Amino acid sequence: MTLLHGRGFASVNYPTGMNLGGDPSQALVHATTMGGFVVSLSSVDLGQGLKTVVAQCAAETLGIPMENVIVDTADTDTGPHCMGTFASRGTHRVGNAVIMAAREAREVMLQVAADELEVDAGDLETDGTGYVAVKGAAAKRIHISDIALAAHFKQGKTISGRGIFLKERSYPVPETGEMDPDSCQAHACTVAEVEVDDETGVVTVLRLYNTYEIGRALNPAMVAQQVEGGAWMGVSHAIFESTEPYYPASREHGPVDFSEYLMPGPGESPEQTSVILERPASNGPFGAKGIGEMTANAPIPAIANAIFDACGVRLATMPFTPESVLRGLDALRDAA
Amino acid sequence: MPRVNPIDSSFFKDERGPGDFTVIGKTVPRSDALGHVTGRTQFFEDRTFPDLAHLKIHRSPHHHALIDSVDTSEALRVPGVLRVLTHEDVPANWYGVLRLIGIGPDDEVVLAEDRVIYRGEPIVAVVADSEAAALEGASKVKVSYTVLPAVLDVEEAMSPDAPVIKKAGTNYFVYEGHHARRIRFGDVEAGFAQADHVFEWRYSSAPIEHAPTETTGCIVEPKPDGRLLIHSNTQAAFFTLDNTALIINRAPTDLQVKGGTVGGGFGGKVDVMVEPLACIAATLTNRPVKFVYTREEEMQVSSPRAAERIYIKDGVMNDGRIVARKIMLYVDAGAYARHSPYGATKAAAHLPGPYTIPNVYADCHCVYTNRTPSSAMRGFGVTIADFAIESQMDRVARALGMDPLQFRLVNAYRDGDMKAHRKEASGTALIEVIQRAAALVGHDLPAEYQAMSSSTPRGAIA
Repeated sequence: MTLLHGRGFASVNYPTGMNLGGDPSQALVHATTMGGFVVSLSSVDLGQGLKTVVAQCAAETLGIPMENVIVDTADTDTGPHCMGTFASRGTHRVGNAVIMAAREAREVMLQVAADELEVDAGDLETDGTGYVAVKGAAAKRIHISDIALAAHFKQGKTISGRGIFLKERSYPVPETGEMDPDSCQAHACTVAEVEVDDETGVVTVLRLYNTYEIGRALNPAMVAQQVEGGAWMGVSHAIFESTEPYYPASREHGPVDFSEYLMPGPGESPEQTSVILERPASNGPFGAKGIGEMTANAPIPAIANAIFDACGVRLATMPFTPESVLRGLDALRDAA
Repeated sequence: MPRVNPIDSSFFKDERGPGDFTVIGKTVPRSDALGHVTGRTQFFEDRTFPDLAHLKIHRSPHHHALIDSVDTSEALRVPGVLRVLTHEDVPANWYGVLRLIGIGPDDEVVLAEDRVIYRGEPIVAVVADSEAAALEGASKVKVSYTVLPAVLDVEEAMSPDAPVIKKAGTNYFVYEGHHARRIRFGDVEAGFAQADHVFEWRYSSAPIEHAPTETTGCIVEPKPDGRLLIHSNTQAAFFTLDNTALIINRAPTDLQVKGGTVGGGFGGKVDVMVEPLACIAATLTNRPVKFVYTREEEMQVSSPRAAERIYIKDGVMNDGRIVARKIMLYVDAGAYARHSPYGATKAAAHLPGPYTIPNVYADCHCVYTNRTPSSAMRGFGVTIADFAIESQMDRVARALGMDPLQFRLVNAYRDGDMKAHRKEASGTALIEVIQRAAALVGHDLPAEYQAMSSSTPRGAIA
């Protein structure tokens, strides 16, 4: 038995959004009596953190603390339309819609504040602490709860805003495939280090090194969660998963539970080291691109290439099972 | 402390700006984290109703068969069974989820009519007081079949001799008169003729499950005003609402979808599979109805990531420049279209990968077979293509005796390059992620490769 080691590379890009059917999302923002700001959406947070990121976009744009932002979403009676959470579109589309709505609400907020302070709205600024202050005269300020109360009970104004992001539908040219289907591209390069057991055929992914360019990291911990969680999925796709293990020859032996459908546990999960680069997208919320999906992609070919580097077996069919490694090693011996 | 990957601010310094934000770029805790770790997050299934009814499905055991007869009498005699539903109970049984964006034809049935075209296709729904009674009722449905030959291979399905399994008359989706979504850019044959080397290899994959912790499901609650409240784990609330309204032939304003807490999506919860039948059952019984996939249904019947087969032929010069790339891509859509025609177009737009190649030819086929319909999954149209492309890049580099990263850098796309789908590249950063990854693992790159930049026009470096 020999444990063979190899290193493989892969570099990829991935589109943000997919406007082959029109791809809109909307947001509404309004202030409550004491200066809470409700962001109303119908978007679905799949666990990737959409609600958190759009709250950050709203707080940044309004210039108020995060604690003052309430996200109310995924109810079709109360939230305006969202196309859905897929195509790496959530942060980009919903983020942009929220920023647009928050800008409109901010304008009203500053005007109400200006009327209370008897100054020009153009002379006001926010610093994220909850106060609106006169530029260069920080003592002349008013808190957002007082602004909201004044709007509700004194000035008779709704501090509110509407936002939508729509990239117009692109129809591919049937003859050539000419189209404009997405908003921007994120980028990644993954280096995989594997160990191949030439007796059992088992591939162990030891380490993954990832570099991602994602426009702007709006929330660095959630970027790490996407990069590392997605890479785990890529490892799983590469060496474990299939609903039809003998595809296409046989439709039999399909797994029906997690004792038959294997995925990496903590012991099979590689160490990961990742670095993030930022090249802000001109059309992204604060420059962000979508990376929801792509993080599973580069690890797969990087692992395939590392297996070849380790043992000379080129696996061109996913997943890379012990059986396929052993058959490849046999073929190499037969050829030698 | 949350785990955070470092941001290397030495790249794209001028474009990143001052970054003087108050909360953008900061690690703020996830809003759902506390609920998840304390077990207090409410998922759709955590709602309880005293009169909740359960819906289970009787499914086809055959890949392809005519239905001669359906007998539900024994199922109806099972204690606790309230109703059985057949296609006659579905107001608009033929549908396609992409009709909302004008993509047709409507090629799928909610419940089978005169035939089944995949193993696991739903034929009868049984609604009962308990899950056990619904399962027993579903097992007591009797269907007799005339079994037909099945098509289970994408290239066989495309051949003129294959049995046609689809009502529309072809075993593939028709893209504006073409049998595939095409990319035609430059002259690929001239490129091969000019190349020093030509390499061609085949890549393939098997279907993959989304494997969410929480299976696809919903509870539909009839409200006192006659509306239906749908508690769902859909990834797209209005997409589900609009498609459901069309299938059950109710005004969209009769329906309300509440969701937003999903135990894993990954593209597996955009197909609108459970809500229409649960709505029909709730209406007919006037009780809240739960329809949730078992783990077996989630793994074998709900749509997987498509298996793909991809042939890549490259024409390459001795210096490493790829001058022609031809790709034949086959997506195994299974029995029904669902989102697959869209995914094959997304694949086409992604080809030939993040490289600038002057001559590109691609046919991306969305092929129907007698398998579980595949549909959207994380990296839709791209994940398997990337496996093929990046394996191909490694093999060509080795065949040329070139460093694999230098080979990629020579061909990496840059700002201003024209992509094969005739969109000018901008905001590119492939070169930089390769350079940074090389540094991360101590893989030496010669100075001229380290000096490359995505914003320097191609040609400026020899």
